[in-house]
Amino acid sequence: MKDTEIYPTIAWSAGPGCHGGCGQKLFVEDGKLVRVEGDENNPWNQGRSCPRVLAFKQYVYHPNRITKPLRRVGERGEGKFASISWHEAFDLCERRLKEVREKYGAESVIFAQGTGRDIGGPLSFLAYSFGSPNLCQLGLSGQSCYTPRLGAMKAVMGDFAVVDCSQFLEQRYNDPQWVPPEVIITWGQDPTSGCPDAFYGHWIVDCMRRGSKIIAVDPRNTWTTSRAVHHLQIRPGTDGALALGMLNVIIEEGIYDKEFVTQWVEGFDQLKERVKHYAVEEVSAITEVPANAIVTAARLFANAKQAAIHWGVPIDMCPDGTAVAHAIICLWAITGNIDIPGGQVIARPSHGVTSYPYSTEELFKLYGSDLINRLSKKRIGADTYPMVRNFRAWAQPDMAIEQIHSGKPYPIKVAWIQTANILGGQAARAEFHYEALKKLDFIVVVDLFHNPTTMALADLVLPAATFAEKDSIRAWWAPLAIIKKRVQVGECKSDWEINFEMAKRLNPDVMRRWNSLEDLFDDRLKTSGFTVKDLLDRGGWKMPADGPFKPYRRHERGLLRPDNTPGFNTPSGKVEVYCETYKQWGLDPLPFYTEPPQSKVSTPALYKKYPLVLITGARSQLFFQSEHRMIPWLREKMPDPIVEIHPQTAARYGIDDGEWVYIENDMGRVKRKAKITRKVKPTHIHTMHGWWLPELDGREPCLFGVWDYQINKIIPGPQCSKSGFGGGQYKTTLCTLSKINVSGVSRG
Amino acid sequence: MARYAILIDYDYCTGCHTCEVACQQQHDYAPGTSGIMVREYEYEARDRVRIDYLPFFTQHCDLCKARRKHDKVPACVRHCQARCMEFGTTEELATMMSDRSNVVLFTHHPGR
Repeated sequence: MKDTEIYPTIAWSAGPGCHGGCGQKLFVEDGKLVRVEGDENNPWNQGRSCPRVLAFKQYVYHPNRITKPLRRVGERGEGKFASISWHEAFDLCERRLKEVREKYGAESVIFAQGTGRDIGGPLSFLAYSFGSPNLCQLGLSGQSCYTPRLGAMKAVMGDFAVVDCSQFLEQRYNDPQWVPPEVIITWGQDPTSGCPDAFYGHWIVDCMRRGSKIIAVDPRNTWTTSRAVHHLQIRPGTDGALALGMLNVIIEEGIYDKEFVTQWVEGFDQLKERVKHYAVEEVSAITEVPANAIVTAARLFANAKQAAIHWGVPIDMCPDGTAVAHAIICLWAITGNIDIPGGQVIARPSHGVTSYPYSTEELFKLYGSDLINRLSKKRIGADTYPMVRNFRAWAQPDMAIEQIHSGKPYPIKVAWIQTANILGGQAARAEFHYEALKKLDFIVVVDLFHNPTTMALADLVLPAATFAEKDSIRAWWAPLAIIKKRVQVGECKSDWEINFEMAKRLNPDVMRRWNSLEDLFDDRLKTSGFTVKDLLDRGGWKMPADGPFKPYRRHERGLLRPDNTPGFNTPSGKVEVYCETYKQWGLDPLPFYTEPPQSKVSTPALYKKYPLVLITGARSQLFFQSEHRMIPWLREKMPDPIVEIHPQTAARYGIDDGEWVYIENDMGRVKRKAKITRKVKPTHIHTMHGWWLPELDGREPCLFGVWDYQINKIIPGPQCSKSGFGGGQYKTTLCTLSKINVSGVSRG
Repeated sequence: MARYAILIDYDYCTGCHTCEVACQQQHDYAPGTSGIMVREYEYEARDRVRIDYLPFFTQHCDLCKARRKHDKVPACVRHCQARCMEFGTTEELATMMSDRSNVVLFTHHPGR
């Protein structure tokens, strides 16, 4: 029998692909991964796993993994690639990037990432080392994933916050300091379907077992809404009105936390005036939630001793997502739930370490305010949008693709796309992204598998590593953790390795400062007092000790502000429900509601033509975004892209269960298999995003069927919040359904 | 009497598919084969549409005999995200289930 070595590590990266930080144990025999099991010693997941981690072996050793650098030898789209050495690949990138920097300036290279796994660290490192301000989730309209909420939290309360499921405490649910939230509102997020934003979804289920009551805000029926004491089945995109209506009830009835408001809230009177415009009956008419349900839910939330709100991307995807987030933060604040056990606890990167910069503050710390401020002047969208200029230092994605297409005000020549399948994934107006990106002189795609983006666009494909094949650090909330490489597949390299090598070639200062990646990690870990080795010796992770990075009631103890005085990290030291920072940025300092750009209210004529609201993007544990369709153990459980249709709607259109249909609007049509279900209301349909079929021909014109199955092809843009972040129309686009005739059923 | 069993609490299965893939990895089953399967059940109760998930065992479940040699609970129980499965002796689980509702017990003769 072979010797099996067992290595604990953290599954934050390609593999499961998600935002979680699960402890997983790798079982390795003769340098080969044979099994993965949840690490029972890691407080994050306490031994649990998900289907994507448990099918990880099929992902790591999939016959279609890209395992060598590939240079395009035919035309783009022909699928002709030749393998080259890493040395040749790095030389080629260095030459092309330096040429563009010399001739047009570093800003003419755009750096594109997908969602928030560890990629944010290495990609921002490469972009800023090179000197380009243009880094973003290219394609994600309005940067509508967490960034709007992060920006709102930073501006209104000076910190980020999450539901307290004891995740900052090593003893978790057994820690005597912790109590379960009496009430949790799951707002636009079904916690059983995945782990968003460094939050293990099933922590909510753990809390339910310990007595937490659920109020679910969701247009669909799910396992969670089935078990909620109140299910507010909201009209998509009207979340802002609901939050303001609940604020109205809580303030009018005087059931807010008067002591907390007096001591820690700035601008309560102005908020009180504002919410008067959102009377319950009117809010009910806007949201389609019965008035009595809004009132009872608001009372239950406000009267709970401790309560919290777990939220999702639908908040960001509301028009003016930053204003909707603002309204929800007001709910936390006036009920006094901030940083108390079982409430909405302030979440800071563990030990003050930055693994993935979320705020301008963190970027200043890593790269210096001079560089960031200088780069910000040329950042796409910085002149137009206050939050693009002042928060997070990401380019505005809708404007970025327009600029790639038009070359104005300055040309974009090169795209460095790293673990982001733009064409098959997040790009609203996906075909426009395809047209625009094809204009570029040079495109590098770093990824693990061929997908529509590599096939249509890449001049060079670099093979990336999974979490089992890489060294990295994680400080997304807690604990602080090390990801340690245990296996090697082909010539694959980690995103950090690739970007560190490139940064050394493009910026001599990088070469001077760090000899190795471990030097760089140790440097980034400095505020923790640990090195990579220290942490590995301690089992690979460490929870924060009592202080600024661990709850509770840090505002009372002077642990939040740089001057160490009590209060929140805002100019006034209070939670600014009337937000001075928004005001300075030229935004409304108070929360407000905006009707979705397409709806029965705002576009009645269009609604007549397209009477169904298309909700996209609900998650599944089987697939992460546009990934995993080639993994046998996962795909067999959801073989086809389905659309959920209410029985009444299906009858109206004459659609049978299992029949192939088109979802269509003025932008085009997309194929789906009908699933007749009462999960959706008769006025809505829902379909998952990220569908392309890896089993089809990858070459043009098929591109793995992307133009048949990519739902974001018919999601419009640009449309975004006044702040620049928020407002992608992924949940509110109008559409209709039609039957596909027999010849159209062909999936080839 | 079969010595070991798995208890499932139907109220808490969230349909995450973890048990199915845990089983397939543990036994290296080909796609299409698994010792456990989860089905979705949609119904109306008290004017609300409700979604339940129902895990059930197949002929391919051997209660992870190989893991038990190492004192490990079956792979599905170990990884279940909702913690709706328990492993134990048939006797203790049967006693425990007598005052609970919506739970089922699966047994499998270890000699088979």
